[in-house]
Amino acid sequence: MSWETVIGLETHVQLSTKTKLFSRASTAFGASPNTNVNLIDCGLPGVLPSVNKEAFYKAIRFGMAIGAHINQTSIFDRKNYFYADLPKGYQITQMDLPIVLGGSIEILTDDSTKTINITRAHLEEDAGKSIHDEFDGFSAIDLNRAGTPLLEIVSEPEISSAKEAVAYMKAMHQLVTYLDVSDGNMAQGSLRCDANVSIRKRGDSELGIRTEIKNINSFKFIEKAINFEIKRQIKVLESGKKVTQETRLYDSAKDETRPMRSKEFANDYRYFPEPDLLPVVISDDEMQKIKDEFPELPTEKEIRYQKEYGLSSYDAQIIASSKSMADFFESSLSGVKNYSLLANWLIGEISAYLNKELIEIHESKLNPENIAMLINRIDDQTISGKIGKSIFEEMCIYGSSPDQIIESKGLKQITDDDSIEKVVDEVIRNNSEQVQGYKSGKEKLFGFFVGQVMKKTQGKANPQTVNKILKEKLKK
Amino acid sequence: MSIQFKSITELNELLDNKAISVSELTQESIQLAKKYDELNCFVTLNEENSSKKASSIDRDKKNTSLLSGIPLAQKDLFCTKGLRTTCSSKILSNFIPPYSATVVEKLEDAGSITIGKTNMDEFAMGSSNETSFFGSVHNPWKKGFVPGGSSGGSAAAVAAGIVPAATGTDTGGSIRQPAAHCGITGLKPTYGRISRWGMIAFASSLDQAGPLARSAEDCAILLNSMSGYDSKDTTSLNSDVPNFLENINQSIKGKKIGIIKEFDLSGLDTEVQKRFDESKKAYENLGAEFIEVSLPNISASVPTYYSIAPAECSSNLSRYDGVRFGHRAENTDDLNDLYIKSRSEGFGDEVKRRILIGTYALSSGYYDAYYKKAQQVRRLIKNDFDQVFKSIDLLMTPTSPNSAFKFESKGTQNPVELYLEDLFTISSNLAGLPAISIPHGQVHSLPVGLQLIGNFLREDLLLNAAHVFQQNSDFHNAKPNLENFK
Repeated sequence: MSWETVIGLETHVQLSTKTKLFSRASTAFGASPNTNVNLIDCGLPGVLPSVNKEAFYKAIRFGMAIGAHINQTSIFDRKNYFYADLPKGYQITQMDLPIVLGGSIEILTDDSTKTINITRAHLEEDAGKSIHDEFDGFSAIDLNRAGTPLLEIVSEPEISSAKEAVAYMKAMHQLVTYLDVSDGNMAQGSLRCDANVSIRKRGDSELGIRTEIKNINSFKFIEKAINFEIKRQIKVLESGKKVTQETRLYDSAKDETRPMRSKEFANDYRYFPEPDLLPVVISDDEMQKIKDEFPELPTEKEIRYQKEYGLSSYDAQIIASSKSMADFFESSLSGVKNYSLLANWLIGEISAYLNKELIEIHESKLNPENIAMLINRIDDQTISGKIGKSIFEEMCIYGSSPDQIIESKGLKQITDDDSIEKVVDEVIRNNSEQVQGYKSGKEKLFGFFVGQVMKKTQGKANPQTVNKILKEKLKK
Repeated sequence: MSIQFKSITELNELLDNKAISVSELTQESIQLAKKYDELNCFVTLNEENSSKKASSIDRDKKNTSLLSGIPLAQKDLFCTKGLRTTCSSKILSNFIPPYSATVVEKLEDAGSITIGKTNMDEFAMGSSNETSFFGSVHNPWKKGFVPGGSSGGSAAAVAAGIVPAATGTDTGGSIRQPAAHCGITGLKPTYGRISRWGMIAFASSLDQAGPLARSAEDCAILLNSMSGYDSKDTTSLNSDVPNFLENINQSIKGKKIGIIKEFDLSGLDTEVQKRFDESKKAYENLGAEFIEVSLPNISASVPTYYSIAPAECSSNLSRYDGVRFGHRAENTDDLNDLYIKSRSEGFGDEVKRRILIGTYALSSGYYDAYYKKAQQVRRLIKNDFDQVFKSIDLLMTPTSPNSAFKFESKGTQNPVELYLEDLFTISSNLAGLPAISIPHGQVHSLPVGLQLIGNFLREDLLLNAAHVFQQNSDFHNAKPNLENFK
C-alpha cells in the first residue's frame, strides 16, 4: 500500500530583543541561573506586565516578509496551567487575535521550489527551565528564560516529507536571521519546532490521526525524528491498529520518539483575554517605519551583488544565502578592488574552514578588515595565492593581520626580475641534465624548473615572473 | 491632647502650630492601634520604621505636603517593601515584598507614615471581613458585628479614630460597603485612575484602589496623591489629574441626580428607605434636581460580576503554588502533591469556592456560556450608564441594602446571601465608574451609607457633592463609643 505523509510545523522563534516581552530584564543567553529575572518574571504578587514594542516590530517585520496580514490591533490571552517553571501559573500568549495572519514561505527541495502556507504567527512569553538532574532529590528552577519573547509560527499541513520539513526550517532560519528577528541559534534554542505528523493512504482526502513531536532543535534531529515517526505510524497502520493522538518526545540518543506522560497534555488551558494588558495597537506611522527600515532580503542581495560587484550568479547566490556571510562580504568590500577574488575566497577557503569547524563566520577569529587586506595582498601580488592560503590558516588560529604575518615571516613575494633571474640562472646551472632533456623536447620538465625556483625562494617568487624568465632562459 | 478622631486638616493644624510633633502623632496613632487591639483592625504594625520616618520629618522640618507626617494605614494587599504583606491569607502569611506598591510609594513620598497593614477579607473576597485568616474585625460601633468588607480593617481603623485615613481596594464594593457600615467616607475612583502596580490582584479588570477617611475633603487629599498614570500599569489612565480640593466647595445647584428605577427600595428595611428619602431631601435643599432613570440591564450585575470576578481570580491566584514564595506544604511526594497540599492548606473556604467557580466558568465548553456571556452583559450595563450620564450628573443609591450585621449571621449557609450585600455597588465596578459612600445617619443604631455614582473620571464632582452634603450635616462627625473595646 502506498502511504502519504502530512506534516505541519509549529516553529518557536526566540526574538532577538534586548529585554523580555513583558519586563525590562535582559534576555542575554548564558547568564548564571536566576540572574536575568526581575519582579515581573518571577510572578511576585502585585506585579503587572507591560509590553515590549520591539517584539511587535520584529513580529511585524516577519509578517511583512511572508506577505501576511498584520493585525494592527492585537490582544493577549492567558493560557492557564500549572508548572514549576511557569511562575504565574499562566502563559501570556495570543489566541484570538494573533499579530500575523496568513502568508507563505518558499522552500527549496531537490532543485524545485514549493510554497508552504502559514496559518498564523503569534507572540508569547517563554517559560523558565526546570533542572531535574543536578540536585539530589530536588528539582531546580532557572527563570532566566521566563518571559523571553517568542514568535510561534504555525504552518498549514502542507509539508510532505522529513526532507521538506528540514528545507522549511532552513528557509525559516534564513528568513529570521536576515530580518534580524532572531539570532537563529538552534543550539541555544532560539529556533525550535514541534512537528505534527500524520499518515494517510495516498489519494485520501481526510487527514490521518496525528501525533505531535515536541521541541526539536536541530535540522538533523528534525529529519530523524520525523522519519522515525513516519515509519512508526506506517507500522501501526499496517498492523491494522490506529495511531493514538498524543504528544511525543524525540530522544536523539536512542533515535526514537516516545509518548510524554499523559498528564502533561491533558490540560484544559482555560484561555481568556489577559485583563492586565490593554489591546496593543500599532499605528499606521509605526507600520510605515517598519516598511521603511525593512532589511534587504537574500534574493534582492543576489541581484545587487551581480549588478554592483560583477559577481557570477552562482557566487552571488551562495554569499547571499547566509546572512552572516553576506554581512561579512559587505563589510569587507570597502578597500577591496577585486570583488570576484573576495567572493572566491568566501565561497572557497573561508567556507571550507567554517564548515570544518562547524561555526558561523561571526563566531570565528576572522574579521572583514583582515580578509580585505589578505585579498588585496594577493591582488597586488605582494603574495601569491598559495602563500595567501598559509597566511589564512594562521589568521584563523590567531586572528592576526596578514601584513603582520607577511612581515614577521618575510613572506613578501619576490617580483623583481633581477632577483628571480639570479635564482633561475642557478637552477639552470645546477640541472644541466634536465636542461638538456627539456631542450630535446621533454617540455613537461618545465614544471620541474618552476618547482626548483619556488623551493629556493620558499614559494615567494612571483609565479608569472618565474615562468616568463624561465621560458626566456631555456630558449637560449 | 488626644489625636483620636481628628481629620487630616485638623492634624495639619496641630502640626503647623507645633502643638504636636510628627513623632508624637505617630506614636499616639500606634498606641491607639494597640489600645484597640481587640477590634483586630491590624494584621501587622509598622512601629519601628514609622517612628524612624517620623523623627526624620521632625528633624528636616519640611512640612510641605498636606500628608506630611500624617499617619495612615494600608490595606494588607498593597505590597510594602520590607513589611509583611499577607492579603489576610495563610498562603502569604510569611510574605515580605521586596518592593512597594505605587499607591504606597506615592503616599509615602507625600510624607505620610504607614503605621500598619489592615485586616481584610482573604484576597479581598468577602463583604464582612470574616474570611480573614487573621480573624474577624469588629465594627467599632458594635462589638460582634461586622465592619463590612473587604476593606474592613481600614474602615474600622478610621472609624475608631486610630488613623485619619486609610487605603482600601474596591472590586465590587469593598471600599464603599465597609465605609457605609463603619460610618465613614470611602471613594472608589474610575478604573485606571490609580495604578494597580503592587496591589495584589483579585479580579484585574475590576480592582481599584481608593481612600477611606472621615470626610470627603480628606478623601480628596489622599486621592490627589494616589492618582495618575503609571508606566508599570498599562491599564492605568493617561489623563490629567485635577486638584480634587479645588472645586470641592462649589455649589451643586442645578446638578441633576438620577434615581435608578430598577433598584426597588420598597423591599428594603423601612429605616434604610427613610434615610435615603431624607438625604434626597437634603440634596434638593442644596439645589439638586432628581430624575428617575432606567438602567435596563443593571439587575444582571450580580450574576455578571460573579462570573467575571471569580474567573479572573482563578487565574490570578495560580501563582500561589508554594514554589517561589508564600506557604509551602511539608512532606510532599511530587510537584502535583506540593501544589495540592500548599494550596489546600494555604487558601480559606471562600477563596477556594471562587477559584472553583472561576475555573468552571473558564473551562472549555462553559466559557461561552459564562465568561464570554458575562463580558457581553457587562458591555450592556456599561452602555446603560453611558446613556443615562448624557442627561444626568450623578446617580444616587443606598450603599448597602442594610446596616452592619452580626458575626456569622450571613452567608454561612448560603454564600449568595452575602453576595447580595454588593447589589448597589457592583455595577459601578463593571462599568469602571467612580462612586463614593458617605455616612447619612443610622439604622438600628448602626451607621448606613449613601452612594453617589459619577461619570467617567468625575471624582471631582463626587467629592464636591459629598463635601457640600457634609458641610450641611453632621453624620460624618459621629463617633462610636469604644468603651467595650478597651
